[in-house]
Amino acid sequence: MRRLLLALGILGTFLCLGAWAADEVRIGVVLPISGQAAMYGAYCKTGLDLALKELAPDMTIDVGGKKLPLKLIYEDNENKPEITANAYRKLIDQDEVAVIIGPESSSTALAAGPIAQSAGIPVVTIFPTNPKVTQIGDYIFRACFIDPFQGSVMAKYAYNDLNARKAAILYNNGNDFSKGLTEFFTRTFEELGGKVVIVEAYGGSDIRDFNAQFNNIKASDAEVLFMPNTYFESGLQMHQARAAGITLPLIGGDGWDTPDLVTISNGAEEGAAYSCAFSHESTTPQAQKFVEAYRAAYNDVPNSNAVLSYEAFSIVYKAIEAAGSLDGASIRDAIAKTKLELPSGVIEFDEERNPKKPAVIVMYKGGKTSYVTTVNP
Amino acid sequence: MEQFIQLLIYGVQLGVIYALIALGYTMVYGIINLINFAHGDFVMIGAFTAFFTVNLAGVGFFPAILAAMLFPAVLSILIERLAYRPLRDKPRLSALITAIGVSIFLENFPRMIPFIGPNFRRFPELIPMRHFYLLGNASINTIQITNIAASSVLLVFLIFLVQCTKVGRAMRAVAYNKDAAALMGVDVNRIISITFFIGAALAGAGGVLYSLTYPMIDVLMGVWLGTKAFIAAVFGGIGSIPGAVLGGLLMGIIEVFATAVYSELGYGSGFVVLILVLLFRPSGLLGKAPLDKV
Repeated sequence: MRRLLLALGILGTFLCLGAWAADEVRIGVVLPISGQAAMYGAYCKTGLDLALKELAPDMTIDVGGKKLPLKLIYEDNENKPEITANAYRKLIDQDEVAVIIGPESSSTALAAGPIAQSAGIPVVTIFPTNPKVTQIGDYIFRACFIDPFQGSVMAKYAYNDLNARKAAILYNNGNDFSKGLTEFFTRTFEELGGKVVIVEAYGGSDIRDFNAQFNNIKASDAEVLFMPNTYFESGLQMHQARAAGITLPLIGGDGWDTPDLVTISNGAEEGAAYSCAFSHESTTPQAQKFVEAYRAAYNDVPNSNAVLSYEAFSIVYKAIEAAGSLDGASIRDAIAKTKLELPSGVIEFDEERNPKKPAVIVMYKGGKTSYVTTVNP
Repeated sequence: MEQFIQLLIYGVQLGVIYALIALGYTMVYGIINLINFAHGDFVMIGAFTAFFTVNLAGVGFFPAILAAMLFPAVLSILIERLAYRPLRDKPRLSALITAIGVSIFLENFPRMIPFIGPNFRRFPELIPMRHFYLLGNASINTIQITNIAASSVLLVFLIFLVQCTKVGRAMRAVAYNKDAAALMGVDVNRIISITFFIGAALAGAGGVLYSLTYPMIDVLMGVWLGTKAFIAAVFGGIGSIPGAVLGGLLMGIIEVFATAVYSELGYGSGFVVLILVLLFRPSGLLGKAPLDKV
């Protein structure tokens, strides 16, 4: 046994030396490639690949005047916090990446963030909207807006556009995104003069039965139903809400922005509105340029997952070039100074490492998303 | 009153599904004292079997549920033969760990098959949804009626099989004492295979009913459902068939009522009830206290 360990140790050392010897830039990418949220990962991958094709078609990057080969190392996190933390450890200790892109969601980013922070590896997360994510430390950035803003956007939409004064909420109390958005929606909605009359919870994505919750919501006098949950939960929730006879307008957050929601809701989503980072019907020139490039590459329209991962990669790529070295601190400083014109707007980070970005409100019509309006922060 | 009836309907339609799946746990445990952790995954296999039969052959509800019962049942005989039988005379822990291994295999192997994969699918709408109003606003829909009716039919059939047939008598004999049953000329291996067959068939049927109600299927759908059904089996008294039915029903009803009262903790209510029952009745509601054989 001891001999085996020794042999493994020597082998490991050689492997590490091998990794050192090849002079290349390694970027770790953490996405849900399998599991419930696999469609998030699939859309993120399309955005990333498109950014890669535009910025580094020959898979190289200019670091301090030297052209180095670029290598992306993908890790599947299954949208689970503990697996994300392991993926971060592997990327940092074994692959010795310079930067990490991802993960996608708040719960996973909160679990893994401290590992990168203490190792001094800069991270650009994709769409974890919970404000606590970048509060982990100065190495953690995000490509998306945050929930206080998103919550207020949807609260104002419910109050002003839908004319609702009483709201019901169904949220996942095992998910940081869902909890955060519930809190911020409630705050703004009540500041405006509305009242959240009923809050129903459920304890995790494994739950498929929401009948008891919908029964209570149906008995309340709410005028709008806010469901700040992920696409793979919300499709089923919409289906059950309608089957239970709830006719209230449904609203949600950017967790809904994946077309696969419709495969489960199967018509129940008609008229449901949500906020997200991007609409393919957005009229700004950068957005239209991106939509065209995306359509040419995939014969599909991009959703916000694709846009945000495209932007995350662009931020990282430009920052490494600007830093001119692979040192964690200098890349971090370069990311903090980012000023880029990207599909969803001009990206600049504030002192909490959150980009200032507008939100768009989108509505499901005939199984497709349709642009309603843009809200600036 | 209206609210009460409505919640009762929700609880019963969930409870009958728990009961169907719990039966498989309880029957296998009753006969070879093995907690078959892979049982929950037969639910998923049943759901996918129905999904593919409907989408490829375009059949309706009855052929689909039949296929969904048959395929997992045959598969479970195969698994029993390959994985559990060689360990039958080894310590019980070996078989238990093997069962966990089988479960991990059944969850992860279909993920790699390209036409199943890790993503969820929408289960086809086999029963057109219609609502019937009972009392004021309380309503019951066609899918809930299907759940309750199909489960009741299967249950009556099972009781008939166990109580009134030769195979059933042999099953009871093997459960009572395997060696003595073998001496009386009962083919123990065959009876154990039949038990696995029936258990997995019920799980497959449960999978179809569950997917009709919650039309979203993926390879991990059996994990939590299986755990819930296992708790229901323990709650009712593992090894006892009426216990599994009672446990499943109560579990569904308690869960729905607890969620309606305080949704933040509703999902955990089943566990609390389980702990309470085990504290006061360690062998479950209808379970018999184990007799030491001398």
